[in-house]
This record gives sequence, C-alpha cells and structure tokens, in this order.
Amino acid sequence: MSTVTQQVGPAGTAGPTRALSEKRPLGDRTFQIIALASGLLVLVILVLIAVTTTQQAAPWFKAEGWGIFGKTWNPAANQFGALAFIYGTAITSAIAVIMAVPVSVGIALLLTEVVPYRWARPIVYVIDLLAVVPSVVWGLWGILVFAPWIAKIYSHIGSAVTGIPVLGNLFGPPTSGASFFTAGIILAFMITPIVTSLSREVIATVPAIDKEGAYALGATRLEMIQGAVWPHSKGGIVGAVLLGLGRAMGETIAAALVIGSSATITSHLFAPGDSMPAVIANQFGEAAGTFRAALIGLGVLLFAFTIIINVIARAIVGGAAEQGSA
Amino acid sequence: MAGAALAAVALSLAACSSSNTTGGSSSSSLSGTLNGSGSTFQLTFQQTAIQSFKQIQSGMTVNYGGGGSGKGRTDLAGGVVQFAGSDSPIPPEEKAGFKGKTVLYFPVVIGPITVSYNLSGVSSLKLDGPVIADIFQAKIKKWNDPKIAALNPGVKLPSTTIVIARRADSSGTTANFSQFLVDSAPNWKLGSSSTISWPATSQGGSGNGGVAQIVKSTPGAVGYVDYSDAKASGLTYASVKNQAGNYIAPSVQSATTAADNATIKPDLTFSAIWAPGAQSYPITYQSWDLVYQKQSSANTTKMLKAYLGYLLGDGQKLLPGLNYAPLPSSLDQKAKAQLSKIGT
Repeated sequence: MSTVTQQVGPAGTAGPTRALSEKRPLGDRTFQIIALASGLLVLVILVLIAVTTTQQAAPWFKAEGWGIFGKTWNPAANQFGALAFIYGTAITSAIAVIMAVPVSVGIALLLTEVVPYRWARPIVYVIDLLAVVPSVVWGLWGILVFAPWIAKIYSHIGSAVTGIPVLGNLFGPPTSGASFFTAGIILAFMITPIVTSLSREVIATVPAIDKEGAYALGATRLEMIQGAVWPHSKGGIVGAVLLGLGRAMGETIAAALVIGSSATITSHLFAPGDSMPAVIANQFGEAAGTFRAALIGLGVLLFAFTIIINVIARAIVGGAAEQGSA
Repeated sequence: MAGAALAAVALSLAACSSSNTTGGSSSSSLSGTLNGSGSTFQLTFQQTAIQSFKQIQSGMTVNYGGGGSGKGRTDLAGGVVQFAGSDSPIPPEEKAGFKGKTVLYFPVVIGPITVSYNLSGVSSLKLDGPVIADIFQAKIKKWNDPKIAALNPGVKLPSTTIVIARRADSSGTTANFSQFLVDSAPNWKLGSSSTISWPATSQGGSGNGGVAQIVKSTPGAVGYVDYSDAKASGLTYASVKNQAGNYIAPSVQSATTAADNATIKPDLTFSAIWAPGAQSYPITYQSWDLVYQKQSSANTTKMLKAYLGYLLGDGQKLLPGLNYAPLPSSLDQKAKAQLSKIGT
C-alpha cells in the first residue's frame, strides 16, 4: 500500500528519499516470486516424479533386491531381472553415438568452416527438419521400410562372417531386420540434429583471430581445424555427444518398434533385443503386480542413468565454456 | 470387404430394431458421459457399438480407450473410468486396489485365436497342443518335421524353416494362447503370462495386426493372431485339436460353442480356453466389462445399465460382422439378469 502512495506523490520528493534497503515496488516483488516459483515448480515436479515412481516400484526392489540386475526377465515365472534391457540400452546407444558423432561433427565443421554462410542456411534447415520428425514416424518407417530392406544385407553379412572369430560373434547369424543394430541406426538418425547443432554452436565460438593466426602461419584448412578449432571446442563437442547419448538412451517408441523385443543378452548385433524404454512401452498395458512395479522400476533406473549422463555432460560443457572464455 | 458389408448390414439392423425399442431401461432418454478403457480385444467392438448406441441414446456420450486390460483395471480402481474392459478376471495381487468394493463381471465378447501360417501350397493344416508347443518353443524347426506330418497325412509339407511370429507388446492374446498350451500340452515349459520369454529366433510384432503382418510377409512364418485380424489380413489358419479329440477350425460358431461348454462361475467369470465339447474351438478367449456394483450416482447407474444392456442385447448382433463371436444365449441371459445388481 505504502509503495502505491509513494508512486502517486510528486516525483521529485518521493524518489530520492527512498533508501536502497527499502522494500522494492510491488510489481518487482511479484515478478521475483513468480520467477522463483516457476523455477522451483520444475524441481518439485521432478522430485515428485522420482518419489512416486520409486514408491510404485518398491515391490520390485523388495522382491528382487540386487536381483533387479539379474539376467532373466520372465513374467510367466515372476522373474524380473533388468540386465538384458540395460545391456540393450547401452548397446543401441553406443551404436547410435558411434554412427552419429563423426557425421554430426563433420556437418558442423562443414557449416562453420567450409561452406559460405548463404549456403549453410539451407543445410541447417534440412538437418533441423530431421529433429522435427516424430519418433513414432521414425519407428514405423524403420519397421515397415528400413528393417525389411536391411534384413537382406544383414543376412549376407551374417553368412559372410560366420566362423570368423570376433566378427562372427558380432555380425553372424541369427540375423533379423528388427535388431539391436537397426535400432542403433534409427537412433543415430534421431540424435544427429541435436549433436550437429550443439557442435556447430561450440565451433562457432572459436575466436576468428585464432583461426586467422593459424592461416597466417601458413596452415592448411585441415591444419587450422586441428590446431585452432579442435583444442577450443573438443570439450563442448564431448558435451554435445553426451547429450545425444542421453537422448538415445531415453528414446522409446522408435526403439520399441524396431528393436525386436526379445529380452536376450547376446554379442550378436543383428539379433533382436530389447531396451529399457522399449520394454516399458511394450509391456505396460497388460502388466499387474510385481510385473508392473518392475516396469516402473525400469523407469526409475533409466531416470537415474539419464540424470547422471546429463550432469556429466553439463559439467563438461560448462567447463569447456569457462576454458573458452578464459 | 465381405466383413465390412456384413458389419454395415448389422449396423442397419441394429438401427432398425432401435426405432421400435421394446421396453427395458434404454427407452428413457439419458444424458451424460460414460468413460471406459482397457482391453484392446474389445476395442473394435466398443467403437462400433458406441456408434450405433448413439442412435438410441443421442444425449449420452460413451468413450472407450484401449490401453490394455491391465490399464483398464488400474483406471477402474483409480476411479478414472466407470467401466473397464478386461480379458481376464482381476488377478489376486490387484484385488487390494479395489478396496473391498464388489466388482461385477459382464462378459461381452468372445473370439477365437487362430494359429495362422504362411506356407504356399498348404491350404489346410491340422495341429494339436503338443505340436504347437514344440513349434513355439523352437523344438520343431522345419515344416516337414515328422511330428507335423503325422497329424497331416496326405498333405505335402515343404522343408521351409519355421519362423515364429509373436507379440512384442504384452497382451491378453498372449496370456490366453499360452494358457491353452499350459492346459493342452505337457511339453510346454514357458508358462502363461501376458509376456512370454520366447525363443530368441522369434519375431515380435506390435498388436495382432503386427503379428499378422509378419505372418503375411514371411514365408514359413507361424503366429497366433486373433480371428478378426487374421480374417482382415487374409491369413490361412490351422484347425486345432480340442479336448474331445476333434480338429476344429476357428470360426464364430465354434467359438460360441466353446463358451457354451465352459464352466460359468456364479460371478460370470469363466475360461473358454480348452473347453470341453465336440465342436468347441479350443483356443477361444473372452473379454468382460468390469463395473462397481455400488455406484455413487443414480444417473451413472442408469447410463451403465443402458449401455451394458445394449452391448448384451442388440450389440451382440454386431459381433459376427466384426469377426467376433457373440455370447451363447444362456450366458447372455445371465449377464442381462446381473444388470439389476448395479445400484447406488
């Protein structure tokens, strides 16, 4: 109330007499409260999600103990070990990152260092369009078009490498269109836009003076990238890769459709497998009791894993930013 | 195409009979919304029935979302919906969620699960429980296996490798199909559940449609697909040996016969899987709509009675057109009689 009277008073008298320690105007305080509340709301929602899911998953943790990391997932026998899904998530994300990162960093370097700005714009639009494709569309395209096509290639590779020590174990039969590898490829498509755009931004922050200095010393474009761009941006690119990895780990519907849905741990990358988000999406509808608790528990584990990955990524990106500005 | 035409005829029949409704609680005009969710097996039937029910009770809105039987039961327990579609009775570990309230079971639909296969030149095939169990456990790997040949004298079986097609998602279809194997095949080791740990060489499809697609596109494939999806995809399916020792092809008639021969408990739960009777198709399953006996509002009570009454009455005539089987009349009568138990 007092602030209102101050504002309607003559401008010359009320203004200068207000001490710095005095209460700030109502509008200012309201804004502060709203901003603080919005920030806290996100935290509160996150904590509530963590608490309720952990609570609902409690029967699984109680029933299995450390057995939650067991190898066997067999609802018919009330065995709910999650190792096969953790394995599948790790394998498919690794395939996705290995395939997507060289391509993404290559595109980022192309856009920032090679092509002129006016040609870079349309390329950026196309890459960003990949990010707009809904994951269910990726999944349906994957299972209806891509998997049947690549299944033939798998079986050719499979019969070619049979008997060769390591290759035979990785790429030999059994082969199936819906497999770890297909899921990895689809995930690679999906994380390429995010890794590209983050890498591009990191690379764009390299000071022009460093690059010009390298050229002035007679460096070729490749040498300039190695000597000036890479030392500056490698931390940021590692962060971008980890954010991409976090996305690949949590991708649900596309993976659920193309991964083959078989809770097996195998070195055969062309064989059907399953991942944590995929099994939740596929099996939740008819789950009950401990089965349901186990699926929710898988969500809790995935939640924990992605938080860890994201924290590491943020730390690396943050560290790199400080290093860059220093 | 023929199925669609039949459905259209059934729809217009339902529309005609509704214009001269003969008594029952549905004659008065109701308004309000009923929400249901659950069994995807019921989904097509519910959607079609909701459409034609609109012509009787235009003031009432009925919504039915799929999501699976488990979701339906959770939604009912959580008070999100007024009725839940479920392919199985409430399992013991879920009973606590209903807080001691009495839940009534209304059987609404029956359907055969086919064992569909893709073998060019083999238009009819006979299988029994133990052989199906061996096939789905990958113990029998080739179509010309002596065990299959022994059941099919005179049929020229190719040496094609068998590809198992099964559900990628958890499903009441899987639960009932595996229950059939538990009941009929001592050599079945994988148990019965909505999710089975299938052999690693099997291929998973999402929904009945997904499995049907695998069977249709893969030579040598065999999969369990519900009758309406098998019909819709134009699949070929085997005749299966029933308890009486006869090989019966899946059909609307043989499914209704199986339900007629099943033992009905007082709460109207039953299992038509492996039912006795000379003409029963042995892999027949059923789905119920679950409602609380005690409702909180009189209007909801009236709406539930009207809609369930429709599903058990004229709605049953829609089923053959959709390639589901209607309830046998004795069971239908019992279910209708149970409607009066719903109250406030």
